[in-house]
Amino acid sequence: MEIPFTSKPRPDTGIYNSKVGIWLFLASEVMLFGALFSAYILLRVGAPEGTWVHGLLNIPIGTFNTAVLITSSVTVVLGWASLQVGNFGRYKFYQAITILCALAFLGIKSYEYREKFLHHEVWLNHKIKVKHGHQEVETDRIIGHLEYEGHHQYFWNTKRLKGTPEEKDKDGKVIKAAVPPVESFKMIPDAFHYTMTPKELAHARKESAGVAHEEIEIKASDVKRLSAFVPSHSTYFAIYFTLTGLHGLHVLGGAIVIFYIWGPGAKMWKTDPQRYMNRVEVSGLFWHFVDLVWIFLFPVIYLL
Amino acid sequence: MSLKAFHVIFITAASLLAFGLGAWMLRAYNEVQVRSDLIYGIVSFAVGLGLLVYEGFFLKKLKNISYL
Repeated sequence: MEIPFTSKPRPDTGIYNSKVGIWLFLASEVMLFGALFSAYILLRVGAPEGTWVHGLLNIPIGTFNTAVLITSSVTVVLGWASLQVGNFGRYKFYQAITILCALAFLGIKSYEYREKFLHHEVWLNHKIKVKHGHQEVETDRIIGHLEYEGHHQYFWNTKRLKGTPEEKDKDGKVIKAAVPPVESFKMIPDAFHYTMTPKELAHARKESAGVAHEEIEIKASDVKRLSAFVPSHSTYFAIYFTLTGLHGLHVLGGAIVIFYIWGPGAKMWKTDPQRYMNRVEVSGLFWHFVDLVWIFLFPVIYLL
Repeated sequence: MSLKAFHVIFITAASLLAFGLGAWMLRAYNEVQVRSDLIYGIVSFAVGLGLLVYEGFFLKKLKNISYL
């Protein structure tokens, strides 16, 4: 049985069925991302002064990723336009660039995530002196890279400092080796803190550019709290990872669909070219939505 | 709404973002005088203009395709 209106438009709506379907789906997506954006804004405006994390994301990397997504939107539409004039070879070329852009975006985002997982904040029981730009300040909160036994560490938290005992199964076989407690570790502190005003932070960054950061030895007994920049660090990172993670999943999903239509699904171009073009258009509409979400996400998360 | 119409909306939003980023960076340059912020701001404005030029070219090229 043939499904009606997959190629030709329905007389009553004027568009083919899958276009109606994708717009209904995108409407639900608007509600999903809209709710998360609203949550972000309400959390942001409701945060007590000086507690909201800011200035920790890499704006040039975020800008580059934005440019990658804009490029991919251009190639998606150029691929679709190539099919409209029957140039299948050019369509294949443009969509290959789209898929590469999607992979590049995810690769760059993974690098950004890695940087966050390597970064830590430590809350101390007493104040110590650190350099913020040219100024020496007394503080009990430091952000920076954490080094232990000569290596930068990922995902460390207060619990990690205490160590964990050996775990055995019911036969007495060791399934998880003991992790010894930590007596002390090193912090390579950043020359600023997110509790500074944006202007103070920018000045501190400028003054510390190209200056080697001094390591600080920190005793585990002096630590009140330790956290990597992970969702449990703060409300900001919780919503940051939720929003960007969900967006990243959409990029991955879109890339898989575009790849399928471009690769294994391309046989349809020979049997039903109109329906194939419709598929490309629908995947392009989804891709544009995903990119449009990023156009809103970038200034909200990175700049404000 | 066709891919053509959505693309026009997207490029308009992207160019607005580029102008906004440009303004943001120039404001940052005004406050702290970091040279890279100035370059960043100028390049952002140029990209915003480039996107608008591309949009005009795109509309001219695809004038026979429906907005629906």
